[in-house]
Amino acid sequence: MNDASNPRIESRSRVRDLLPGPEQRARLRRWRAVKDRSAKYLIGAFGVSVVACLGLIFIYLFSEVLPMFRPAAMEVGASYTAPGGTSARSVNVASDRHRETAVRFTDDRRAVFFDPRNGAVSHEVDLPIPEGTVVTARAQAEPRARLSAYGLDNGQVLAVRHVFTERFVGGQRETGGEIEFPLGDEETALLDVVDDGTAIQALAIQAGSGGISVVAALADGRLRLVQFESSTNFMTGAVTVERKVYDLEVPPGAAQITTLLMDITMRNLLVGDSDGNLHYYDVSRPQRAALRDSREVLPDPNASITAMEYLLGTVSIIVGGSDGSVRQWMLVRDDSNINRITQVRRFESHDAPVILVAPEYARKGFATADQTGVVKVHYSTSARTLLSQQVTDGPPGVLSFAPRANGLYLVDGNERLHRVDVRNAHPEVSFAALWQRVWYEGRSQPEFVWQSSSATDEFEPKFSLMPLTLGTLKAAFYAMLFATPLAIMGAIYSAYFMSPRMRGMVKPTIEIMEALPTVILGFLAGLWLAPFVESNLPAVFSILVLMPLAFLLFAFLWTRVLAERIRLLVGPGWEAALLIPVVLLVGWFCVTLSPHVEVLFFTGDMRQWLTDVGITYDQRNALVVGVAMGFAVIPTIYSISEDAVFNVPKHLTQGSLALGATPWQTVTKVVLLTASPGIFSAVMIGFGRAVGETMIVLMATGNSPVMNFNIFEGMRTLSANIAVEMPEAAVGGTHYRILFLAALVLFVITFFMNTIAEVVRQRLRRKYSSL
Amino acid sequence: MNNWFKSGTPWVWLNAGAVSISLVMVVGLLLMIAVNGLSHFWPSAVVEFEHRATADAEPERVIGEVSRSETKTAAAMREAGYEVPEGQEVVVRHLIKRGNRDITGRDFVWYIEDAMSDWRYPEDVLVLERTTWGDFYGYLRDFRRDGQVIAEGPAARETLQQRLPESLAAVRQIQRIERFDIGSINFQIEQLRLQQRALERNPELTEEARAAREAEIDAERQRLDAEYAELEARRNELRQRVRGYSITMEVMDGSTREINLADVVAAWYPNDMGLVQQLRHYARSLWDFVSGFPREANTEGGILPAIFGTVLMVMIMSVVVTPFGVLAAIYLREYAKQGPLTRIIRISVNNLAGVPSIVFGVFGLGFFVYFVGGGIDRMFYQDALPAPTFGGPAIIWASLTLALLTLPVVIVSTEEGLARIPSTIRQGSLALGATKAETLWRIIVPLSAPAMMTGLILAVARAAGEVAPLMLVGVVKLAPTLPVDGNFPYLHLDRAFMHLGFHIFDVGFQSPNVEAGRPLVYATALILVLLIIVLNVTAISIRNHLREKYKSESD
Repeated sequence: MNDASNPRIESRSRVRDLLPGPEQRARLRRWRAVKDRSAKYLIGAFGVSVVACLGLIFIYLFSEVLPMFRPAAMEVGASYTAPGGTSARSVNVASDRHRETAVRFTDDRRAVFFDPRNGAVSHEVDLPIPEGTVVTARAQAEPRARLSAYGLDNGQVLAVRHVFTERFVGGQRETGGEIEFPLGDEETALLDVVDDGTAIQALAIQAGSGGISVVAALADGRLRLVQFESSTNFMTGAVTVERKVYDLEVPPGAAQITTLLMDITMRNLLVGDSDGNLHYYDVSRPQRAALRDSREVLPDPNASITAMEYLLGTVSIIVGGSDGSVRQWMLVRDDSNINRITQVRRFESHDAPVILVAPEYARKGFATADQTGVVKVHYSTSARTLLSQQVTDGPPGVLSFAPRANGLYLVDGNERLHRVDVRNAHPEVSFAALWQRVWYEGRSQPEFVWQSSSATDEFEPKFSLMPLTLGTLKAAFYAMLFATPLAIMGAIYSAYFMSPRMRGMVKPTIEIMEALPTVILGFLAGLWLAPFVESNLPAVFSILVLMPLAFLLFAFLWTRVLAERIRLLVGPGWEAALLIPVVLLVGWFCVTLSPHVEVLFFTGDMRQWLTDVGITYDQRNALVVGVAMGFAVIPTIYSISEDAVFNVPKHLTQGSLALGATPWQTVTKVVLLTASPGIFSAVMIGFGRAVGETMIVLMATGNSPVMNFNIFEGMRTLSANIAVEMPEAAVGGTHYRILFLAALVLFVITFFMNTIAEVVRQRLRRKYSSL
Repeated sequence: MNNWFKSGTPWVWLNAGAVSISLVMVVGLLLMIAVNGLSHFWPSAVVEFEHRATADAEPERVIGEVSRSETKTAAAMREAGYEVPEGQEVVVRHLIKRGNRDITGRDFVWYIEDAMSDWRYPEDVLVLERTTWGDFYGYLRDFRRDGQVIAEGPAARETLQQRLPESLAAVRQIQRIERFDIGSINFQIEQLRLQQRALERNPELTEEARAAREAEIDAERQRLDAEYAELEARRNELRQRVRGYSITMEVMDGSTREINLADVVAAWYPNDMGLVQQLRHYARSLWDFVSGFPREANTEGGILPAIFGTVLMVMIMSVVVTPFGVLAAIYLREYAKQGPLTRIIRISVNNLAGVPSIVFGVFGLGFFVYFVGGGIDRMFYQDALPAPTFGGPAIIWASLTLALLTLPVVIVSTEEGLARIPSTIRQGSLALGATKAETLWRIIVPLSAPAMMTGLILAVARAAGEVAPLMLVGVVKLAPTLPVDGNFPYLHLDRAFMHLGFHIFDVGFQSPNVEAGRPLVYATALILVLLIIVLNVTAISIRNHLREKYKSESD
């Protein structure tokens, strides 16, 4: 017994030694549990982060768009006694783009340079105005020219330009300012408008490449245009100024001329009088200058024009009236090609007479101030009044913008200078500017236009999303027109009639079709299909008509005429294979016949014929896009609707067939009805894909943002527009953010399409399982 | 007839027709790409004919390849300014590639067939592929060395065949020096410049330390400059040697033109080649195309950088998207309780799949490039600013953007694979005492590995063909350097790269000479399509195989 039990104990103890002890096992269990739990949390985190990714995309796009809709703000940053003393009145204030150096012109012939942050004077320059004369009129050229003019009571005009300098010393910026004279030096700064000493009443100045032009209304009622051209002698360096004088016809009526404005092309002159009338002179050839149009520009006949200024680019003017109205006018060509003074839009009115208008330097924005010290900031294109604030109590004397439109300078009646900080980054955007017709400068009527950039600085950006949205819908519409019938019919056939063997070959082929890069489809569409369609237009349309007819004819011959023996060689479900030669034959036939059809019916050239009939034809057009993008969308629609049709429960179709319905009746009355939600969601997803497709549209259209549904013209879609313009948009600018908005719109559209499609499909799945 | 229509048969046939049209379109498109892409490398015959622009004009000799032909109506041709006799209704015209862009200005010209004489195929027409100005067609007259004629007529042909390989080897050597050796020195000099700037901006350094560092940098720079001078001397010497040889060619208008052998990439007599020679020429051209660098604004030369960039980008993308997608799918299938959260995740996956790719591009540009990349630059690459390091188009951002884009592909595919694993296997593992994580790691993941592979392959195929988002986040038309080279840290994630898809767009639509670039676009498209089809077919077959396997096991 002992002998027998001994080895057993021994072996048990040996086994025990090999197995981990209870403590060790507990530790292992704990470790395994820790691993198990951490795996669970790690995997859970990854699962949830899919949602986070989608959320991040949405939130990021939204955060880039949001600043566009943040309201503008302004607050008085500093107020101090006008630098240079309150004894003289301020005439003009301007600053550099960093708002570190500014200049104040006074009516006692001084230009005082100062630091706008605290009002400390840096230096003063005396202007070469003769002693004993009085400044009776003043004018400014376009803000960017930094040119101003002072009309004197002796018939002379002083033209000066203030210049801000900038240099870097040890990585630190130092700014400064100087006074220059546009025609050379101080000697030539004083310009004679008249020699007889008549005082100047109103003044306009503009500088061009050759010299400067001055228009002056004199105290005795004369209106005079004087051109000064300076030339430097290369040998002596002496500057000679050539002066040409033209007397203009005085505007009708007894009213006094109050304001004069000349545009930078020096072709158009606008004259405002004390009766509230505006007169337009064509001065492109000064010797034949003529009054072209006169118009009362204020609604109230008793009101008078109290302020008038050009906007950037000197195309349109802002007129402020004594009734507080603020309106934008510009010259618009009428049907007989004559420029007429036309009101474009109106802005929020002031409660008191508007006395100052200050345009921005780089955008079509402006500020107005009224007699009670209220300042409003407006933007022309979007017709918005962004800000309105009481800055001072009395009537202000000077109002001007900082070059980057991030500040305003206002000098009040007590010669206190208020430096106002303005935050107004995206005034161009409003619902109306994006989605409604806008009357842009230089256009004859309100239009939908997308034109985001141009070569010139004074260009008015046109951000109407309508042409892009319409282009997107147009491209998607023609693509769906081509793809939906083919894909759905193909899906019905292959899910219900096709033999399993052929189905096994067709489905992978269609899957390959889905995987084809769109850049290849786009390249073929643009480089091969577009020229092909252009030179074989009749073929395209004859294929459209002949193809179904040929199918029917072949079907008739095959099923009714052909001998049973041959027919039975090919089993049921191979109709599609039989039709492939028919497709090739009809295609070849139509293309070969195409030139002859053109000769017979379209005077030899269908494209020319279309143009003669009045249909615009672009080589890369919606037809080409429809076919190419249809090609890209077919597999998406096909495979989803094929699934839906194929998964219709078999007992439904068998029941229908058992009751005597033909296979076709079963398809239309039972299968399609049951599978219709699935087909609907397939179309939705296909549409979503067509809306967002970029490369095909980019390559197969001319990308011109047109507003029509002509199949022979191109379009520009939201997505292609992003691809074209995004790399060039300035980061953080309005254009950049509007492109983000376009992306957000695409995101939201496809989000809804996909979510609806997904919900419909989930319902369908539940329905199938319950059937 | 009426009965026939009532039976519904015609409608069934119409539906069948839709399938036929789709099939013809797919297969036709693939065939068209294949034929156009492959035929470019074949040494096609060169024709010679006389052409009269008008009936009484002097005949003009034309030498060139027939690019394509088409039939137009006479009216359209008259509209375009051609002289077509009255009464004629249709006109056949041929696009002739005349080459010699530097002489004639136009290398592709349409000629009307009726104005041509009979076509001849002269055996001694020589075609030169050149480094600049495209192909050259003409007759070889003599071979010169330093301006002295050393061989004429048939002897010149032999001399050319002897000397060309030698000259090509020297040219290749020059290119290697320029591209790699001098490129590497430039890279090091740029690193030195950045070090110097860092030194200048560091306020804590003492004067001595600064001086010592500067001396070091100066010494290093001098060493590099010396190395550079040496390489340059070597390159100039090689150049000098190659420049010595030249050939004289007679062109179509009868005048002669001297061509330096250094500019010649290849020379062949297309009308005097046996099948073997043609095949050899074909193989060589194809290899040059796949392994060469682009020339002449991408319209000539090879596409190696584009292939390289595409492959590297999808590789980096795979590294990111595979773990992410697989773990998310495992969560959905194995861990999550089916409820509102999984429904939300599923809707997110579907939406990620449905969001237009350009939106991903916009997101990538704003978030990755400007926000993340700009942040990295401000933190770590202060010295290089304002030139961006990571804050500009870079391969890493392109890969991350595409990883987001292809995430749903991996998730859906992996989930499908997980769903097909019979639950008995899981239960068996759990019953034996394995934890959930162990079951997953030891049983489920190995079993579903092929499904994950399928997902990854499909994702790679999708990413390889996607262009729109890349245009915003990292692709350039011509990258001076590859993202991988011999300079530390070897893999430069901050570099912009070239991409096959974008190459197609760029050469086909933005190049100054679309006609010359067209064959290369087809060839590039062919390579891209082949890549994608091979990937897809692999993925589909793995998936089908897997379906079959589990179908039998679960039944």
